[in-house]
Amino acid sequence: MSSSVYDVIIIGAGIVGAACAAACAAEKMRVGIVEAQMIGGGATAAGMGHLVVMDDSEAQFALTHYSRYLWQELSAELPGDVEYERCGTVWIAADGDEMQAVAHKRQFYESRGVHAEILDSQSLSDAEPNLREGLPGGLLVPDDAVIYSPCAARFLVELARSGGAQLHLPCVVTELTSDGVRLNNGATLSARFTVIAGGTWSSTLLPGIAVKKRKGHLVITDRYPGFVRHQLVELGYLKSAHSMTKDSVAFNAQPRKTGQLLIGSSRQFDSDDAAIDHTILRRMLARAEQFIPGIARLSAIRSWTGFRAATPDKLPLIGAVPGRDHLFLATGHEGLGITTSLGTAQLLVSQLLQRTPEIPVDPYLPSRICEGVHA
Amino acid sequence: MPERIYVTVNGTRVEVPSGTTALAAVLSSGTSVIRRSVTAEPRGPLCGMGICFECRATVNGQRHCRTCQILCTDGMELRTDE
Repeated sequence: MSSSVYDVIIIGAGIVGAACAAACAAEKMRVGIVEAQMIGGGATAAGMGHLVVMDDSEAQFALTHYSRYLWQELSAELPGDVEYERCGTVWIAADGDEMQAVAHKRQFYESRGVHAEILDSQSLSDAEPNLREGLPGGLLVPDDAVIYSPCAARFLVELARSGGAQLHLPCVVTELTSDGVRLNNGATLSARFTVIAGGTWSSTLLPGIAVKKRKGHLVITDRYPGFVRHQLVELGYLKSAHSMTKDSVAFNAQPRKTGQLLIGSSRQFDSDDAAIDHTILRRMLARAEQFIPGIARLSAIRSWTGFRAATPDKLPLIGAVPGRDHLFLATGHEGLGITTSLGTAQLLVSQLLQRTPEIPVDPYLPSRICEGVHA
Repeated sequence: MPERIYVTVNGTRVEVPSGTTALAAVLSSGTSVIRRSVTAEPRGPLCGMGICFECRATVNGQRHCRTCQILCTDGMELRTDE
């Protein structure tokens, strides 16, 4: 059968794999991309496309901040269908305690060079008139943005291809070989490095890596331009995102350039079933209605589910598989893969080329939680 | 004799018998383009039974209402092509 030789093979053309391929091609590496179904068709298409700086941990801040900067740098080159819009994030406080958290959050961001403005009750209401009356305030992070992720993934793959990358699609990797991969069409691809960027599918290729599926639901509405103006997230979101066991919902709403509104969010472990779970969907929408009473009168046109690739410590896996020097991971991005894809790609390239990365890579190395993985 | 009620269609007063659908009131006002597609093509009602979504208009300020499924009430404000 045929065989091809590359410097690097990227398994998976979701946004993370696509970004890795583009970054490797930009370094003049010979890149092969293997995608089983379609570009950006997994968690990339299921998610919201929120480019956000997070303060969950220093490591998460570093990667999201660096990545948001990379998106800003790239934004002028993004085609129109990527719908990059710097709408900003408003973190909404629901009570006095959360308003205290807003002050801490602002302090955290400003001391690290991220602009953030505290909104009092009146300025929050002015900024988002459809929020319920009487909310104490929130935090506006004006440089956060939204994109349409599947088109961003396609753009990054095209960028890689214009740099010489070859796309193998639809091709399923059936085996990791000692120097590359074997495909379901019988071809073998060999390369100096192989990168698994398969999201939740990564653990089917490499059993034992610490990536679990975390199911989420989203709803999209018909077009109501101006109904919501910023990406809105309840500050209590982290309580939901942090729970590692219970099913949870948190209010999260995103205005699309089309005037449509994306409504989330839910988090469920231990579900492999992609069907809509109407109980949690109802809870999710009831939560949204608590923040935006008028949301109940909007017409929803579609709802769907997706699976985040979750790790135990909420940080992605970026780097060599312990004991397998040629085999790298770029997965486990949970709900932040759209944002962190570009930073991930740079951290990967710096490891492949043994350069000093822009931010410390240690917190993301797979060796922290993937000891003793054998393929 | 059914009761006569009044609605407005794009600001013009229209008299209809009670029991009239909002869509019928819009059509009787002479308006046939109810909405525009994403690419700004004219759209009008097709099924009349709530399935095709082509009769969506703004009813009392609420956008994207299927007018074939709504009965007129006195003073109702209907706006098309928004």
